Amino acid sequence: MAQITLSNLRHSYRPDPAGDDDYALKKIDLTWEDGGAYALLGPSGCGKSTLLNIISGLLVPSEGKILFDDQDVTALPPAKRNIAQVFQFPVIYDTMTVYDNLAFPLRNRGRDEAIVKQRVTAIAEMLEVTGMLSTRASNLSPDNKQKISMGRGLVREDVNVVMFDEPLTVIDPHLKWKLRSKLKELHQRVRATMIYVTHDQTEALTFADQVVVMQDGEIVQIGTPVDLFERPAHTFVGHFIGSPGMNVLPCEVRGGAAFFGGEQVTLEGPSGIAGDGKAEVGIRPEFVSVSRTGGGIAAHVRKVADIGRHKVVEAIAHDSRIHAILEGDAPNAGDAVMLDFKQSQTRLYKDGWLASRPEGGAR
Amino acid sequence: MKKLNQRAWLFVTPVLLLVAFNALIPMMTVVNYSVQETFGDNLFFWQGIDWFEQVLTSERFHKALGRQFLFTFLILIIEVPLGVAIALAMPRQGFWVPFCLVTMALPMLIPWNVVGAMWNIFTLPDIGLLGYFMNHTLGISYDMTQNPLAAWVTIVIMDVWHWTSLVVLLAYAGLVSIPNAYYQAAEIDGASNWAVFRYIQLPKMKTVLTIAILLRFMDSFNIYTEPFVLTGGGPGNSTTLLSIDLVKIALGQFDLGPAAAMSLIYFAITLLASWLFYTLMTMNDNKS
Repeated sequence: MAQITLSNLRHSYRPDPAGDDDYALKKIDLTWEDGGAYALLGPSGCGKSTLLNIISGLLVPSEGKILFDDQDVTALPPAKRNIAQVFQFPVIYDTMTVYDNLAFPLRNRGRDEAIVKQRVTAIAEMLEVTGMLSTRASNLSPDNKQKISMGRGLVREDVNVVMFDEPLTVIDPHLKWKLRSKLKELHQRVRATMIYVTHDQTEALTFADQVVVMQDGEIVQIGTPVDLFERPAHTFVGHFIGSPGMNVLPCEVRGGAAFFGGEQVTLEGPSGIAGDGKAEVGIRPEFVSVSRTGGGIAAHVRKVADIGRHKVVEAIAHDSRIHAILEGDAPNAGDAVMLDFKQSQTRLYKDGWLASRPEGGAR
Repeated sequence: MKKLNQRAWLFVTPVLLLVAFNALIPMMTVVNYSVQETFGDNLFFWQGIDWFEQVLTSERFHKALGRQFLFTFLILIIEVPLGVAIALAMPRQGFWVPFCLVTMALPMLIPWNVVGAMWNIFTLPDIGLLGYFMNHTLGISYDMTQNPLAAWVTIVIMDVWHWTSLVVLLAYAGLVSIPNAYYQAAEIDGASNWAVFRYIQLPKMKTVLTIAILLRFMDSFNIYTEPFVLTGGGPGNSTTLLSIDLVKIALGQFDLGPAAAMSLIYFAITLLASWLFYTLMTMNDNKS
């Protein structure tokens, strides 16, 4: 168990990186607290797998250092780092039984057979695979294979970190939910640091206490699921998290106030922007209310999608598309409506980054 | 009940005809010869199973069969581990991959009788590169036409040179199909190189190796051209393998009856051994 610090990390797959574009990881400074449940969230190709492989030691970063507590492990091979990693596709040793699969990491380290037995039995119980221990691993279904892969990661009691690289990709949807809650439960029981890489926001938000959002080799925001939802630090996070994502509307800032299509939009608090110019207003569809009369911004409804629990209204105002999520009654396509933004949830973004501050709150 | 549809015969008949003409009918002529005696003029006399008894009890057949098994055993025991070792040593990506693959494939592209002739000249004591070097430079007496051991060593090395590549290419194909995650997981699990080979590479190569062993078994058990060109079965009968003996009986002595009986026995042994190999090697797959 250890705290993991990434300091000034940069990585390029090219031998002679010239500009920032040649780097898969641009500049990463990050500390993973001991025992935390983290998710690394980002679209495909944002560098999250690269970051994971650097922590596990499968890749050596071009620049920067990795510290486990105070020990510099940048140059150590994976076997010496005492970490565990679960891959996208289940890796199992075909010719071995489930028991031998789970025992493999311990036996390779020359552990006593009695300890091996005790650990394997305990892990098998946690994963609910006790009944399969004597089966050949090659005969298992994909979700059980992935469970065994996870088990191999958790079987060593002293691992510094367990990393999951999109581990539920090949699992059937109805089993995904089960395995995900299993993982959460495992984290609470073993208290090892866990890093879960995914491009699926539901997986990230249900698993993690802290979510690290990445884009183009950079960390855009680190925060709890609630932070990411309520105060996205960047419009990218707003878009990426939520369904549909945050509405981002072009606006004009004049004298500290924001104007969308000439109409003033009341922000959560001070705009945080000195001077005038172009910026963006961000508001989540959950905080947009729609009414036929009353105040707000005039818009017309383009379409309404009923997705069961609620309805998603797509409206057009000043040539911009605005989504609103409504419970219960919704207007019909073509209707003229008024849109009202919940003031405490209306944010201002400058060049993509959050600028506005909550009323009375410090930045 | 479903109405019977006879149209299926239309689809089966071409295959039946093809198999009949390329396997069944030629085979039946052999069966025909194996139970009869002929003195020419298309005159045949019923002989029953006499020829089979004669072949099975003849010492000549036993010796040829023994040599055949020895040869096949030797080349399998050398070619399979060597082929796997070379495949493991070959680069899996980069500039040298095509180079290695083409170099490996080259020996297999050479016609079999050319291989025999090449090695014959290569080992001639007075003008062959290897023969001259052994006899005159190293002073080791090496002459295939005189020494049975030299003849054996030469045909085995020749076969290894000619066919190890097949094992290499098949094993290599098995190796490159292993996803990288397996190696990464093994590295994290702290597996030794031996454990990686034993628990990842070997199991993943198993299917292709089964095919490689079967192919090498059948080919080497039926080998004719290369040893015939190289040693002609000599010195004496020391390298007379089954197929060479068979041709001697059939075309040299024109004993068509015994030759036909021997062909059938030969075929039965090849079939039986292949079946045994395959069954034994795939037995574990069906276990749960």
